[in-house]
Amino acid sequence: MAKGDPGAAARSKRAAPRTRRAAAAGEPELVQLLTPEGERIETALGPDGTEYRVDFTDEEYRGLYRDLVLVRKLDAEATALQRQGELGLWASLLGQEAAQVGSGRALRTQDMAFPTYREHGVLYCRGIDPIMPLGLFRGVDQGGWDPNEFKFNMYTIVIGAQTLHATGYAMGVAMDGKTGGEDGEAVIAYFGDGATSQGDVNESFVWASVFNAPLVFFCQNNQYAISEPLERQTRVPLYRRAGGFGFPGVRVDGNDVLASYAVTRHALDNARNGQGPSLIEAYTYRMGAHTTSDDPTRYRIASEVEAWQAKDPIARMKAFLTKQKIADESFFTEVDEQARTESVHLRERVLAMPDPQPVSMFDHVYPNGSPELDEQRARFSQYMESFEGSAH
Amino acid sequence: MATETLTLGKALNTGLRRALENDPKVVIMGEDVGKLGGVFRITDGLQKDFGDQRVIDTPLAESGIIGTAVGLAIRGFRPVCEIQFDGFVYPAYDQIVSQVAKMHYRSQGKVRIPMVIRIPFGGGIGAVEHHSESPEAYFAHTAGLKVVSCANPQDAYVMIQQAIASDDPIVFLEPKRRYWEKGPVDLEAPIADAYPLHSARVVRPGTDATVLAYGPMVRTALDAATAAAEDGRELEVIDLRTLSPLDLTAVYESVRRTGRCVVVHEAPGNLGLGSEIAARITEECFYSLESPVLRVTGFDTPYPAARVEEEYLPDLDRVLDAVDRTFGW
Ligand SMILES: Cc1ncc(C[n+]2csc(CCOP(=O)(O)OP(=O)(O)O)c2C)c(N)n1
Repeated sequence: MAKGDPGAAARSKRAAPRTRRAAAAGEPELVQLLTPEGERIETALGPDGTEYRVDFTDEEYRGLYRDLVLVRKLDAEATALQRQGELGLWASLLGQEAAQVGSGRALRTQDMAFPTYREHGVLYCRGIDPIMPLGLFRGVDQGGWDPNEFKFNMYTIVIGAQTLHATGYAMGVAMDGKTGGEDGEAVIAYFGDGATSQGDVNESFVWASVFNAPLVFFCQNNQYAISEPLERQTRVPLYRRAGGFGFPGVRVDGNDVLASYAVTRHALDNARNGQGPSLIEAYTYRMGAHTTSDDPTRYRIASEVEAWQAKDPIARMKAFLTKQKIADESFFTEVDEQARTESVHLRERVLAMPDPQPVSMFDHVYPNGSPELDEQRARFSQYMESFEGSAH
Repeated sequence: MATETLTLGKALNTGLRRALENDPKVVIMGEDVGKLGGVFRITDGLQKDFGDQRVIDTPLAESGIIGTAVGLAIRGFRPVCEIQFDGFVYPAYDQIVSQVAKMHYRSQGKVRIPMVIRIPFGGGIGAVEHHSESPEAYFAHTAGLKVVSCANPQDAYVMIQQAIASDDPIVFLEPKRRYWEKGPVDLEAPIADAYPLHSARVVRPGTDATVLAYGPMVRTALDAATAAAEDGRELEVIDLRTLSPLDLTAVYESVRRTGRCVVVHEAPGNLGLGSEIAARITEECFYSLESPVLRVTGFDTPYPAARVEEEYLPDLDRVLDAVDRTFGW
C-alpha cells in the first residue's frame, strides 16, 4: 500500500481505534487530533508515517481554549471598530484561530516568526499587546512592536515577500550555529493559499531547501484569496508541492488547535535539530470577509459557510473540555467575562490613540540621516510653525 | 603609503576582501560569485579564502537574493548582494523598493537593513540586450535607499568598504566599462576619515563651465575637459559619486563661479537625474546662471543594439557640443 494513499485509513489493519492515518472523514489526508464533535484522537499519522500526538495537562487545555476565545473576541472588537470608522481597514482571522493559536503556542521563545497582515492570533501568542496591529490599521503608525524583542517581524502586506525574509533569517540562524538540540532556533513563515502562486514563495522554497534552512512554512489555506477560490491558485493539494522542492509537506486540520500545535511543534523541532524546512498546510476557512472592504456574498454561497461553521475550532474544543470534565460552565463564563473586559479595554485604548505629529513623517527614513531630508524637515517645520497661534 | 596600481575591478575585489576580513558578519551573495568569482571576477578568490558560508553562490533568482538578504540583515548580518547585470535587477525591484527601502521606516528605526546591492551598470562593452542599462533613477526616486557610484579605482576601493560599513541600504553602481581601467590605490586609506561616502568631489578644477558626471561618464567628462583646454576653455569637472542623496553643495559653489553647467549621464534623459539636478541648480543659482543648465544623456529609447551604442552613449564630442552651446546664450 502506497504511503499517503487516501484510501489507506479505511483499509489499514494497523489503524488502531484511537490512531488515525492522515485522513479525517470527508477531508483528504488531514492530520486531526480533535474531531468537530470534540472527540479526541490519540495519535494521527502524517502522510510520511510521522505519528502526531499531544500531551497536555488540563491546565494547558484550558489555556488553549482561553487563547482561542480571547483572540476571537479581540478580532471581533477590531472588526466593530472598523465598522464604526475607527479603523481604516481590518483583516479578520475569524475561523482561523486554531491554526494561529496552535502554531503560535508551538513556538519556543527563541523562535522567530514572519507574519502576513492577518496573524493577530500568533501576535497574541508572542506576548505582544493586541493593540499593536490596530495602530497600523488605524493609520497612526506602521506597526509599533519591536520585531527583535518579540521575535515577531512586522506585518507584511506585499503577498509572499516575508517568506524570503524568513528564509534569509533562517539561513542566518544556521550560519550562527544555532541549530541542533532543544535550545536551537527555528523560524516560521506565515502565508495564505493565494501566496503560493507568488514567485517569492516559490523562490523561498528553493532557497530553504538548498540551504537546509531551519524553517517551517505555515500556509493557512483559508480557501480564498480575496474572491478567488483555491482552484484559481492550484490544481495540486498545496502540501504536496513541498515534495517537488525536496522537503516534507503535511496537511493539518487547521480548525483543530491540538493538531495544529502537534504538527507545528514537530516541524519546528525538526528544523531546530538541523533537519531543514517543511511545509504545513493548515486546512481552514475564512468565516468572514477577506478584509472589511470586501463583500463575500458576491463569490461564495451560504451552504459552504454553514458547512464550515460545523467545524468551528472553539465549539469543538468546548465540547471536548466539557465531555472530559476538564472544564465546567463557571470556567467558560469566566473566560467570556475576561474576553469582554479585555475587548472593552482595547476599545478604550484605540479611541485614545493620538494622531502622530506631522513632522514625524521625516523620522527613521535612514539610520544615519540624509542632509537633503534634514533640510526638507527643517523647511516643513518652519512652514508648520507659521500657522502656530493662527486658526489655520 | 601603500599605493598600488590596480584596475577598478581589482580595487573593488580588494575592498570586498578587506570588508570580509574586518567584520565576520559581512557575507557576499549572488549568482556565480563563489567558484567563478562573478562574471566580471569582482569576487575572484574570495570564496576560496573565506569559505562558502561567507561568499554564497545563490540559486538563480533575483528576488530571492534580495529577499533572503533582508532576512539575513534582520538577523544581524551585513549582506553584500551582487546582481549579475543591471538588466536583471527588475525581478528584485519589488523587494528592493517595497521591503529593503522601507523596513527601517516602518519599524520606526528598530529594524536595520545594512545591505549593499552591487550592480554593474551602464553600456559600452558591446553586450546583448539587458546587459547595458542605467537603472539609477528608479532607485534614487525611492526614499530609504541610498545610491552611489564609483568612477575610479581609489574610490572603488574605499567606497565599497564605506557602503558595507554603513547602516543604510545602499545601491552600489559599478561602471562596468571602467572595470579594466587602472589607477593608483592607497590601500591604507582610512575608511572612516577618507572622503565621506555621500559627498561629491571636484576632480578637475576650472573656471569657465561646470561639467557634472558620475560613474562611467566621469572619464568622458575629464577627456572633454582636456580637449576643451586645448581650445582655451577651463572646465571644472565634478564627480557626483552620490546620486541619492545628491551632494550639490560643491556643485552650487562651482556653478555660481562659472555661471554655466552641463550634466552628463548615460541613462535616458526623460525624468533622469539630470532633470532633477538642472531643476535644483536653477532654484539655487538662478541669478548666477549665464545660460540654462544643459543635459547630455542617453536617448529615450531602450538601450540599443551594441553596434549603435557608440551613437547612443554620450561621448566627448556631445559633451563639447553642449559646452559650446552654453557659451552661445
Ligand atoms: C503582491 C500583491 N498583490 C496583490 C495584493 C492585494 N491582495 C491583498 S490580500 C490578497 C489575497 C491574498 O490571499 P492569500 O494569500 O490566500 O491570503 P489570505 O488573505 O486569504 O489570508 C491580495 C490579492 C497584495 N497585497 N500583494
